[in-house]
Amino acid sequence: MATTAPRALARRALIGLTVLVVVLGGVLGYSVIWGDGQATPKLGLDLKGGTQIILEPRTNAGQSVGAAQLAQARDIIVQRVDSNGVSGAEVTTQGDRNIVVSIPEIPTQAVRDAISKSSQMQFRPVLAVGSGVPVPTSAASPSASGSPSATPAPSASSSAGAQSPSPSPSSTSNGVVNDALTAATPTPSPSASPSGSPSASPSPSASGGTPTKATDLAWITPEVQKAYDALDCSKPEARDNIKDVDTEPLVTCGVDDGAKYILGPVVVSGDKIDNATAGYKTNQQGVATSEVEIALSFNSAGTKQYAEISREMVTLPSPQNRLAATLDSQVIVAPQFNSAIPDGNASITGGFTLDSAKALADQLKFGALPLSFEEQSSVDISPTLGSEQLRYGFLAGLVGLALVVVYSLFQYRVLGFVTISSIVVAGLLTYLTITVLGWAQNYRLDMAGVTGLIVAIGFTADSFIVYFERVRDELREGRSLASAVETGWNRAKRTVLIADGVNFLAAIVLYLLASSSVRGFAFTLGLTTFIDLLVVFWFTHPLLTLLTRLPFFRDGHRLSGLDPRRLGAKTRTYAGRGRFTPVTPAARSTEGSRV
Amino acid sequence: MSTSFSELGNDLYTGKRSLGVVEHRRRFYIVSLVLVAIAVLGLGVKQLNLSLEFRGGSEFRVATASAPGDYERTARDAVGAAEDESGVNVTLVGNNTVRVQTERLSDTASQDVRGTLAKAFDVPEQDVSATFIGPSWGASVSEQALRALVIFLIAVVAMLSIYFRNWKMALAALFAMIHDLVITVGIYALTGFEVSPATMIGFLTVLGYSLYDTVVVFDKVRENTAEALANGRMTFGQAANLAVNQTMVRSINTTVIGLLPIAAVLAVGSLFLGPGVLVDLSLVLFIGILVGAYSSIFIATPILVTLRRNEPAVVELAKRAQRHQAKKAKDARVSEAEAPEGVDGEPVPAGSVAVADREEGATLTGRAVHQYARSGPRNQPKRPPKSKR
Repeated sequence: MATTAPRALARRALIGLTVLVVVLGGVLGYSVIWGDGQATPKLGLDLKGGTQIILEPRTNAGQSVGAAQLAQARDIIVQRVDSNGVSGAEVTTQGDRNIVVSIPEIPTQAVRDAISKSSQMQFRPVLAVGSGVPVPTSAASPSASGSPSATPAPSASSSAGAQSPSPSPSSTSNGVVNDALTAATPTPSPSASPSGSPSASPSPSASGGTPTKATDLAWITPEVQKAYDALDCSKPEARDNIKDVDTEPLVTCGVDDGAKYILGPVVVSGDKIDNATAGYKTNQQGVATSEVEIALSFNSAGTKQYAEISREMVTLPSPQNRLAATLDSQVIVAPQFNSAIPDGNASITGGFTLDSAKALADQLKFGALPLSFEEQSSVDISPTLGSEQLRYGFLAGLVGLALVVVYSLFQYRVLGFVTISSIVVAGLLTYLTITVLGWAQNYRLDMAGVTGLIVAIGFTADSFIVYFERVRDELREGRSLASAVETGWNRAKRTVLIADGVNFLAAIVLYLLASSSVRGFAFTLGLTTFIDLLVVFWFTHPLLTLLTRLPFFRDGHRLSGLDPRRLGAKTRTYAGRGRFTPVTPAARSTEGSRV
Repeated sequence: MSTSFSELGNDLYTGKRSLGVVEHRRRFYIVSLVLVAIAVLGLGVKQLNLSLEFRGGSEFRVATASAPGDYERTARDAVGAAEDESGVNVTLVGNNTVRVQTERLSDTASQDVRGTLAKAFDVPEQDVSATFIGPSWGASVSEQALRALVIFLIAVVAMLSIYFRNWKMALAALFAMIHDLVITVGIYALTGFEVSPATMIGFLTVLGYSLYDTVVVFDKVRENTAEALANGRMTFGQAANLAVNQTMVRSINTTVIGLLPIAAVLAVGSLFLGPGVLVDLSLVLFIGILVGAYSSIFIATPILVTLRRNEPAVVELAKRAQRHQAKKAKDARVSEAEAPEGVDGEPVPAGSVAVADREEGATLTGRAVHQYARSGPRNQPKRPPKSKR
């Protein structure tokens, strides 16, 4: 009959909601037991304690950077944070100009400096390299120079005791590298000066006591050698104290290849890079091949420097014919020269995938834009303060909830329990969602978020109030309860939808356009609005539909909150079986016939 | 009390008791204009008390077990040892946290001050939090928020115009919202409460809440006025006024329920925590929701009526409603003379709008009742008992 459809729908909705809760609970349980999830929401920095540093990247010329460069800057900061051994740090971009570094501890000054130092890209010649890593080959770009790019390096024969360098990166063995290294070690000068300028010739190929050129092996002084021997790139803290001076040799690690290097002084600085792009290499006929290359071009000053150094280095044995590109003092790529590059258009090839080439090209391009990072703000929150805030926030939420419960019962009597259970269901859903999001999306609940949740109690309760008032209105019109619930719902539905729609719109716009804590707030606002809709549609209304079957509500018990007599439904209406609802006001106080 | 409250709800619903919100709209306009003028004046004269995040500077918070009585002296001495003492602002937050605000310090100076403060108050250094904020940070965040706000306003006007199929409703809701914003910000300027980024979030929420509240009332206005336009029994103003009264109980309940948790946060926050995100946010929400509830009842709908009063359809409706109500009043007088026992059993209170006066065969709000329900079952011919046959 007419009432079976709503009841069946109501049951289905309740089952749907139960399934949703079970699924969310299951995901949470899974994440806790088998994953690295936790059973409570992840907390933001302001609740847990820690440091938040907001950096604004600027070019050295003082301009602010664009969105793409901001993302690169973020990657740089991520690398710095990782290499400083800070655990659990998060680096995010904020809006279109800031980078937020959140560290769950209070960092030392050294770490701070390391994070916000300005970013520099440099080209330094490789003097020695410490483990077998692929050596990408660098050749003049065929389109510009016309020289065949696949030619193996001609310098192999002059190498002392080393095998010939190979055209393919994979065949460069440990042996080659270590030969070059041992060639440098046996002749350390006992009178090495601490200035870093060696007085004796450590290298068989060096002509004088002091290094004259950037590629001179005389740069490898005993101290440099010692630092090099001690360097263990597999330990993150090893990368912390790399000393980087432009005019001195540099002992450092590769960013992700696990190799260690001794590099000569800077020969070309990164800001001379004009562009770097990744793509498939074209052969002489201009047909794309399957080999991935990074095309690197220099500006005029850079072209000249690069031509000089390539002309010199191409004749040297491996690994001295390799030129390392360093970003933040770490080697991102160190290709060897196969030919001199007179026109500033270099092509780097050697076992890249398109993605890795793109990432590398981005990093190289970064050289064109040396960034400095300006600290916009730095907030230390002591864990004591954060946990205190959370505790009191929680306490306030409970007090607020209790007040809402009391008021609902006072206003809506037993119907108030529907409100309360709806709020409890909404709370459960919110908790599950936030915790699961914390695991899956690394969402962190911060103070603004907590406040958003507390405020949401009011918004959520309002949906029920709108609904109940509509049902009461329909009862006043003289409808029976079941029909009042249906009609009232149909009218209230629209109101709830449009009102929540406005909230949702606000949440979306704020989330997309604002930043920082505003964003956290917008997220919880949107989430709770969504959950509010879900609960009203899938819980409150179905529950009420089913409850109207109970005699307690159907007959309008005095405490049900839906008592037609108290609602003043005194219109004469036909009530079936030849009876009428009472008309006279006196009947309101006496026992009238039922609606 | 609850009984009388629900009776009030009934009477407001039927129109038996009624607040002449639309009728007396000039009064509410004047009240609001005065409030807005004071707020604007306050903004011009007193300026907003912007927090550290907007001004830029350094802040230290020392979490002590219990703050010594001479905390201010201690803090000043500690800071003075490391830095220039002028421009130092020391406040007690809650019972046991000392907040020290200074000009912006360099990193090393900041570390020094932290160390000396920890020593002066005899707490481990990790219990001293150090914060510094560049002056452009707050500006950049608020700039973004403002841009978001403008886009939100455009989007919401479009959305409401489509939903209500009437741009004047969207405009009226917008007016009410700006009214709330100006008054809330004005209260902040006049009282000198600190405006922090959290407060700004609060302002944004107040805007959302104000719109939300207005939309709920307007949905009822839409329903009532559509009915009035169809049956011509009420003027536009009367229908709108009835809607405001019918949603009054809901507005009160919602406002109370919305305010209860916020009041709890405000009380707990200001008693135990002192200035911070919790207090800033809850304070602005408390003020904003109160103002928002006021405007959704007393400002938004009257503005809508004012905006639409010259539309041909509304003018036409006013004439029709007047004719209808005049006729009904005449009928009522006639029927009263014939049958003193009125349908309602209660005389129409003077001064209320004419909706309470309804005709036979309609429910309280004028919806038609089916013929059968109106007259009751027909008398069936009675069959004489068997013995009489």
